[in-house]
Amino acid sequence: MKYASQRVAYWYFTCAMVLFGVQILAGVLAGTVYVLPNVLSELLPFNIIRMIHTNALIVWLLMGFFGCAYYLVPEEAERDIESPLLAYVQLGLLMFGALSAVAGYTLGVHEGREFLEQPLWIKVAIVVVALIFLYNVSMTVLKGRRTAVTSVLLLGLWGIALFWLFAFYAPANLSLDKLYWWYIVHLWVEGVWELVMASVLAFLMIKTTGVDREVVEKWLYSIVGLALFSGLLGTGHHYYWIGAPGYWQWVGSVFSALEIAPFFAMVIFAFRMVFKGRKDHPNRAAVLWSLGCTVGAFFGAGVWGFLHTLSFVNYYTHGTQLTAAHGHLAFFGAYVMLNLALITYAMPYLRGKAPYHQGLNILSFWLMTGAMTVMTFALTFAGVIQVHLQRVLGMPYMEVQDQIAPFYWLRLGSGVVVGISAILFLWSVFGPVRERKARPAKVAVQPAE
Amino acid sequence: MSERFTKSAARNVFYGGSIFFFVVFVGLTAQSHWHIVTASTDEATLSESVIRGKHVWEKNSCINCHSILGEGAYFAPEIGNVWIRYGGKDDPQAAREGLIAWMRSQPSGIEGRRQMPQFHLTDQELDDLVDFLEWTSRIDTQKWPPNDAG
Repeated sequence: MKYASQRVAYWYFTCAMVLFGVQILAGVLAGTVYVLPNVLSELLPFNIIRMIHTNALIVWLLMGFFGCAYYLVPEEAERDIESPLLAYVQLGLLMFGALSAVAGYTLGVHEGREFLEQPLWIKVAIVVVALIFLYNVSMTVLKGRRTAVTSVLLLGLWGIALFWLFAFYAPANLSLDKLYWWYIVHLWVEGVWELVMASVLAFLMIKTTGVDREVVEKWLYSIVGLALFSGLLGTGHHYYWIGAPGYWQWVGSVFSALEIAPFFAMVIFAFRMVFKGRKDHPNRAAVLWSLGCTVGAFFGAGVWGFLHTLSFVNYYTHGTQLTAAHGHLAFFGAYVMLNLALITYAMPYLRGKAPYHQGLNILSFWLMTGAMTVMTFALTFAGVIQVHLQRVLGMPYMEVQDQIAPFYWLRLGSGVVVGISAILFLWSVFGPVRERKARPAKVAVQPAE
Repeated sequence: MSERFTKSAARNVFYGGSIFFFVVFVGLTAQSHWHIVTASTDEATLSESVIRGKHVWEKNSCINCHSILGEGAYFAPEIGNVWIRYGGKDDPQAAREGLIAWMRSQPSGIEGRRQMPQFHLTDQELDDLVDFLEWTSRIDTQKWPPNDAG
């Protein structure tokens, strides 16, 4: 840790991991209800469980992004965070809002648009959190060294806050509602979140491979360019069947098919940097998560997205388990793995130790990615069968669901394994570490720039 | 990447291109907005009860089990065309009564079958909700879903 104020990142990561636990618990529970539908049906209905599963995911990923920003911005800007106190206030407010939301959901206190179920006061609190954060990080960047990493990161974070404002606009006309709802949902995960992802990845590459910053930053701009050129009009793949004009079938198909390009570029970028790099970073687990993240994002967001993005395919696959398969691997590969990569990288510095528990961390990597792969295939097979029975043959929905039940068992099993691997991961980063008389980590891995 | 394609070139392409595509996207959104309110949805029948029905749909978070126009949780049937599935086009009164009776009889309690909770909706709320579902079924969705199964 070069700057004392980077310490705030430790608490962001800790809170994020608490919500990661909540997310996985709710996920396993939801997976259980799929196969044993009478479980909890009176006490905690499926819609509430799912709400907790998705909301906890989104909030912990954002919390992780905030932590990433607080960790890397001081090193990039070469100065301490403008106000660590504000950073803690921001975290406290966000965590309070998140836990209140979860508690409220179980009592039936929620709004009703998907992913935007937070009560109004929490939505407003999120704006306050965003304003504190943007002030804090922007001031740190503006008064310090400017780099491409921080420019792209800031643009992404400002974009997140800006598009969040559409959460307050809920037109009475359902089609209009959907048109602007995607301004948050799509422009986040297939737009500005990709800017955050690419810049954090670039930071990791600079630090772990020792490749020249000029090279990394040129890649960074190229990747985020590809992301926005394809992703903005790629929103059209959500506009096929909601009452929007027919031309979106062309615009959406063409541009969203190109959304695979930035993810492919990230794979090439990360592997080239690591192979080109002049040094072997002692934190092998962090390098593995970084590389894995690009591959996971490429398959989950890129390949699985492309599978059902062309309008004439989507006509049959829209809103089936194929969508669920894509959603799970895309969020995991792109954003969960990115956060776990930076956490794995940063924790030894934040705790003032040489990289530790590498074997356990690497084991959790393979277990978690393996289980998520099985889950994705289970849902994909379920989806293909569903498409044929329901969309082609016209068999009623519930009958089709009975036909694909074995795949839901497989999904539950893989979800349990994800839970186990998450425990291993948490132990590998937060678990006790015996003091060794080695050189302090700081000297061992000085970045080569 | 060749040396001629410098970092600042990449940066300029990124910012310029992003602004261009964002402006195009906002423009197309505006056109779509106009298309929705004038052509693909029936603004004239977007009545108070339809709006109240949408709020019933939201307040009870139906979307976290069902899907509507293909978006939602995929745990329960598609609702965008449920009015059609219940024969609302031919016999609106029977479809209305059928839907209301279905919601009133939940949960079924049948072992091994997905359970829809009892939401204790008032008569007014049930009527509004059905109005919303009826209105939704008339949105021009480019002929999606492929069949009545949704």
